[in-house]
Amino acid sequence: MNQELDLQQLYKSALRIRLVESMIADKYAEGNMRCPVHLSIGQEIPSAIFQQVVKPGDTAISTHRAHAHYLAMGGNLPKMIAEIYGKATGCSKGRGGSMHLIDLEKGFLGSSAIVGNSIPVGVGVGLAKQLNKEDAVSFIFLGDGAIEEGSFYESANFAVVHKLPVVFIVENNLYSVYTGLSPRQPEDRSICALAKAIGLNCDVTNDSDFVGTYSKLASLTKNTRDGNGPSLIEINTYRKLEHCGPNDDDHLGYRPIHELEGLKERDLLQAIKESLSLSTHDYELMESEIWSEIDSAFSFAESSPFPTYEQVIGGVYAN
Amino acid sequence: MQTNSASEILRVLDRNLKENPKFLISGLGVADPKGVFGTTLGLSEKYGVQRVLETPTSENAMTGVGVGLAISGFRPLMVHQRLDFFILAMDQLVNSAAKWHFMFGGQSSVPITIRLITGRGWGQGPTHSQNLHSWFAHIPGLKVVMPSFASEVASLLQASINDPNPVIFIEDRWIHNQQVDVVDPRIDKPIELGKAHVCTSGTQITVVSSGYMSIESLKAVNYLNGIGISVELIDLRTIKPLDMQTILMSVEKTKNLLVVDSSNEIASFGKEIIANTLMKSDTQLLSRPSLVSLPDVPEPTSHGVIGQYRVSAVKIAQSILRTLAIPDPADLIEALTPLKEDVPDASFTGPF
Repeated sequence: MNQELDLQQLYKSALRIRLVESMIADKYAEGNMRCPVHLSIGQEIPSAIFQQVVKPGDTAISTHRAHAHYLAMGGNLPKMIAEIYGKATGCSKGRGGSMHLIDLEKGFLGSSAIVGNSIPVGVGVGLAKQLNKEDAVSFIFLGDGAIEEGSFYESANFAVVHKLPVVFIVENNLYSVYTGLSPRQPEDRSICALAKAIGLNCDVTNDSDFVGTYSKLASLTKNTRDGNGPSLIEINTYRKLEHCGPNDDDHLGYRPIHELEGLKERDLLQAIKESLSLSTHDYELMESEIWSEIDSAFSFAESSPFPTYEQVIGGVYAN
Repeated sequence: MQTNSASEILRVLDRNLKENPKFLISGLGVADPKGVFGTTLGLSEKYGVQRVLETPTSENAMTGVGVGLAISGFRPLMVHQRLDFFILAMDQLVNSAAKWHFMFGGQSSVPITIRLITGRGWGQGPTHSQNLHSWFAHIPGLKVVMPSFASEVASLLQASINDPNPVIFIEDRWIHNQQVDVVDPRIDKPIELGKAHVCTSGTQITVVSSGYMSIESLKAVNYLNGIGISVELIDLRTIKPLDMQTILMSVEKTKNLLVVDSSNEIASFGKEIIANTLMKSDTQLLSRPSLVSLPDVPEPTSHGVIGQYRVSAVKIAQSILRTLAIPDPADLIEALTPLKEDVPDASFTGPF
């Protein structure tokens, strides 16, 4: 590997995602963010590691749970918050909401609410990169649920046939909404084994293994970048909150107690912190910088105007 | 010298591949020995398999790939040899292609053309002959083009390719062999999407049709003209955008309306036109507006009954006469019924 994981940067990126999502959760009850929000608390690490692998010129496309991916690509924070508030200054001018984020300047091409929907679009972007002979990769974020969609198989197959510069990043959080893996996928067949059978270069990792996850993602990406065909990394992770919304949903009982205790109480941010040798002052400074960025993003969103109805109805077709 | 619609489509694709390095075509069969009914024949040899791209049998993902290409600066054209297979791609059509421009605040758009070929007759049956243009017209963000005549197919296809939005281009299989003179001045004359064409000017009744139905309608109109009945035939060219203005102006003159639609009647586009006319026109009609379309029944395969099921010149002429309260001439059926009702012309012998 030509580079090593920067743990301090990893901590800062993951903390930023955590704090942005926490602020959304805290303020959700005020009733001004009136759209579904799928928060990434507990799933910060895959995005924070991805941030150290992605290069200028690369692009990413994502899912309904897109906040962390958008932020990791450098997506504009005030515009994301304004979008969740339904404001004209939002990254999609208030027409998309939390599930439809975009920042073209940063190569974040979009996120889509239908499971599996953005996968083939990302593969098409990869084909464009190949046709343009760009030295760049199209990253596609998806979850374990999307593996069950036909669009995943169709897209992966096509990407393999054409050796496209595409990297699939699968965040396996074990649940599709409230349904666990066992009724959805055979227990003795891993996502990675399925991907390998399709012809993807593949590896599997746990997000708690920071160095391992980084080195696997970096190595697969390099291989793809070098023209050796598409890759898939399966990153085992866990969401802390409910599928959609600002609270937990433990009262529903769909996640077994032992799992909740074992996985939910894990704090990967704390784990990174323990391996860093920063002073309390350093941490306070880092946090206060992030908080001031978040505060100003929320002020921007709250004080921005709504789009006009004329702007919305005039926006269906390109001219 | 004559050419036909299939050759016209081939000519337009060839020209775009030649002139625009960002234009490419994809679909199952675009580089095969039959070349999608001859409409892509020879293009892969000429422009390479990267720009004339054979695809896996993956309609949904390949539509998404087209969206990905389109948002990356390419101008893809996709083709499906039967519209019915494209039903597998509804997620990418409706949730991606049609929405992308709108839901990302207009920052990104999807200039993609999707050619869908509709089967008709020769035993195409329930799953190879569906006319689903009404579905597509229902989706905000799409445009829907239905070419009829060989003289206009090139211009309509070029306008669809030039459009910065997703365009559904529906080719009834039976338009492919329609003939036109190669020096016809209408060929390549630019057509703006959303402008209907008044094929015949008339005073007694307005007939509105689209796609292959306009060819059948024209047969009926010509026959009726021979017995002194004056019909204004409007070929829509595009059902979305819809040129209501041309329809309303015509109805104001004729005060009678018949819509000919190749779709099944329930929630059909034909009813959209009738409803629009009634809602937007102050004209006092002389008769109830009427519709010729398919019943709420899938297409039967048997060639023994297809003539009764399908809309043809006979049914159109009879409906016009009924609307005008004129009895059918004795020779109507004989004059307008083809020798075989399940083929476009005698040269068609299947099997595809």
